[in-house]
Amino acid sequence: MKQPGSLKDIARRPGQPLAQVAPIDQTPLPPPFDRIDEDPPIRPLSDAARSTFAVLDDTIAVNIERPRTEDEEQALVDAFLAGLEKLFSVPDNWTFLQPLEMSMEHCARCQTCSEACHIFEESGGNELYRPTFRSEILRRIYFKYVRRVSPLAHGDIDLNWETVARLIELAYRCNLCRRCAQTCPIGVDNALLSREIRKIASQEMGIAPRELHRDGSVLQLAVGSSTGMTPLVVKDNIEFIDEDTAERTGISIKTPWDVVGADILLIHNAGEIMSWPENPGAFATVFTAAGLSWTMSSEITAYDAINYGVWYDDIQFARVAVHHAAAARRLGVRKIVLGECGHAHKALTVVADRVLTGDLNIPRESSMVLLRDIVRAGKIAFDKSRNDFPVTLHDPCNMVRLMGLVSPQREIIDAVVPEARFREMTPHGVENYCCGGGSGFAIMSGHNFADWRHHVSGRRKFRQILEAFEDEPMTRDHPKYVCAPCSNCKGQIRDIITYYDAWEKAGIYYGGLVELMVNAMVDAKPGFIDWEWH
Amino acid sequence: MTILTHLVAYSATAVFLVAVAIRIHLWVRMPMHLRWELYPVAHEGARASYGGSYLEESEWWTTPRRASRWGELRAMVPEILFLVALRQHNRKLWTRSFPFHFGIYLVAGCTILMAVAGVLGAWLPGLMAGPLGGGMRVLIPVMGHAGLVLAVVGALGLLQRRRQRPLRDYSAPMDIVNLVLFVIAFSFALVTAWTVDRSFATVSELVSNLVTFTVAPLAGSGPEVMLPCVTAILLAVLAAYIPLTHMSHFIGKYFAYHAIRWADEPNLPGGAQEKAINDLLSLPVSWSAPHIRGDGTKSWLDVATEDPER
Repeated sequence: MKQPGSLKDIARRPGQPLAQVAPIDQTPLPPPFDRIDEDPPIRPLSDAARSTFAVLDDTIAVNIERPRTEDEEQALVDAFLAGLEKLFSVPDNWTFLQPLEMSMEHCARCQTCSEACHIFEESGGNELYRPTFRSEILRRIYFKYVRRVSPLAHGDIDLNWETVARLIELAYRCNLCRRCAQTCPIGVDNALLSREIRKIASQEMGIAPRELHRDGSVLQLAVGSSTGMTPLVVKDNIEFIDEDTAERTGISIKTPWDVVGADILLIHNAGEIMSWPENPGAFATVFTAAGLSWTMSSEITAYDAINYGVWYDDIQFARVAVHHAAAARRLGVRKIVLGECGHAHKALTVVADRVLTGDLNIPRESSMVLLRDIVRAGKIAFDKSRNDFPVTLHDPCNMVRLMGLVSPQREIIDAVVPEARFREMTPHGVENYCCGGGSGFAIMSGHNFADWRHHVSGRRKFRQILEAFEDEPMTRDHPKYVCAPCSNCKGQIRDIITYYDAWEKAGIYYGGLVELMVNAMVDAKPGFIDWEWH
Repeated sequence: MTILTHLVAYSATAVFLVAVAIRIHLWVRMPMHLRWELYPVAHEGARASYGGSYLEESEWWTTPRRASRWGELRAMVPEILFLVALRQHNRKLWTRSFPFHFGIYLVAGCTILMAVAGVLGAWLPGLMAGPLGGGMRVLIPVMGHAGLVLAVVGALGLLQRRRQRPLRDYSAPMDIVNLVLFVIAFSFALVTAWTVDRSFATVSELVSNLVTFTVAPLAGSGPEVMLPCVTAILLAVLAAYIPLTHMSHFIGKYFAYHAIRWADEPNLPGGAQEKAINDLLSLPVSWSAPHIRGDGTKSWLDVATEDPER
């Protein structure tokens, strides 16, 4: 296995990859994907990419251009150290100073967290992906070069431009799922440290993956959505979705826009509108049938719940959160309800809670809770037999481990899926595994990053899905449903299924939660879930 | 030797208390951070069993929150005493770390018992002559011997583990030195206990003198006095050293749980958090990236509400 021999390798072997994931080092998947020689290969990184950008391993997420002069090299190091210093300043980083200090000061380097990490485990235990590898390098740089403490106390590390560039790149080999933090006996949070490294890069150095920053939060703030949809386009798309959904269900719907004084402002991840239109269509169907007072907003950013800043940049995070809340304030709604998007849930409900004050502090609620309440209210009749196929539930990390939203989605499934057809993944709930697309990976596909994402970060979730359905015939004519109530998770699961050809080979399909509800609605025409691969 | 022992013991106690107080003060004074809780959260009552939160409730902001302090105790006490998380997630290390930590608890408990016995002996000698005093005189050596043995065995086990990969690759020289210090101090104490002070009578007398501020020579002569005094000096220095290092995680862990992992208190309109948040939002930003251009005069509120450059 190609892997770093020590932490100090981060500064060595210039231009060379420090690690390589080879299928032979990985644990085989369950049948029918258990033949390692049939695993799709990870396409090699092009020579042009290797010579242009900083190289960490077999792929590239961030595209940090190799400095051309020694001055440029030094400038990169200096900017990183300046950012690192700011991380420990109250004015610049009050947002996460206490959790940061905790994780920097108290790690016992016991490695208890390692086995909790799906990326480390599925890489075959490659040292580069050990959750403490990047944390310990950050810690050593901080104590040696910022605090000027003897390396005898906190360990030694060399600092050059390769160290900086590789560390930033390495911060994008972590899904920020915080499963490692859950196992730490002391409370150290390696995912937080990954995010803090990303913050130095973005907030101080202006370095971030294009998909998250330029084509993500910046685009969202400029035109309204990272999908590029303007208010006019999104309304047009929703109109089409309403018509299409009504045709499929036989239930007439019209999504209300900009209704002042509505009870609920519903914000979807705009990716749903573009890629999974049945999801917003299903929401509109259920809300209409339940007789709710609701609206969507056509204000810029307020029709797209995404907030990529939560993965890499506190400022961009705050900007988007403020926009979302301001739109709700202008409409005078009683609460904001977030559609099926995990990171948007956490961003606006939990993390933004200490950003939004005064009249911007409008209550935020999960659609899982609202849909559960609709089921409980009994106004909509469901016929479970319409969902008579095997179903498993993927728990988005942002909803469960980071928000404690565990039971509402299960109560809904209990109401719309026959008991014998539902099976939990192992583990599930707050101990779930990330889909492998968390922290922005699901929308990052530059170079061969998607191959790495499917082969390494997403492999544990695929393994869990296969294990959940192990008692079922793994054939195309025996369809099985992976319910993923999160847009990014759904995108990642779609990509994994495509990568391993699991729909054709094993009949594994995926979708959201509200689609299962509409599929079981007695008043709707049967067959809302069409089992057609899109 | 008596005077030296007293000087070192008092100084070390002062260093320990001041260092601990400073550590606590630093954690308490930290600014409020953005919410970053991690479930399960122990004070969520029945929901804690599966990791649920109050966010599962319909319109959670309309009903008063009920945080179960009993739930927190039920999680924290076993965690502190038995290192439950380590046992669950790293059994190999737990077999070494648990005896080490539990041994330290027993030695600390034994020392506190000796101090209490010393105070009671000075102020209420009749009480110490009765069954309570008798019980304490039995309990002190039992806790002391058991604690020292467990701590030495645990420290040696941790040293052995730290010499192996992967811990070896991540350990700094001081991680090894710290464990060696524990082995030296506790082993010396063990040798003292086994050779000249099996009943812990001499060291009890020393602790009693210390807590009653009585500078008097200990009963006995030669090693009978010297070994307990050197033991006391070593353990006192070790105690003073711990809060100066990252081993102060015994303080940090409280904040890791209560101020971060379980800190789910919502910011309700007009509530206690609002003013603090508004104050923090007025702090200046100096991040230099092109989309921020923090020049030290723009505040968080300014940058969060401005239109960024593309």
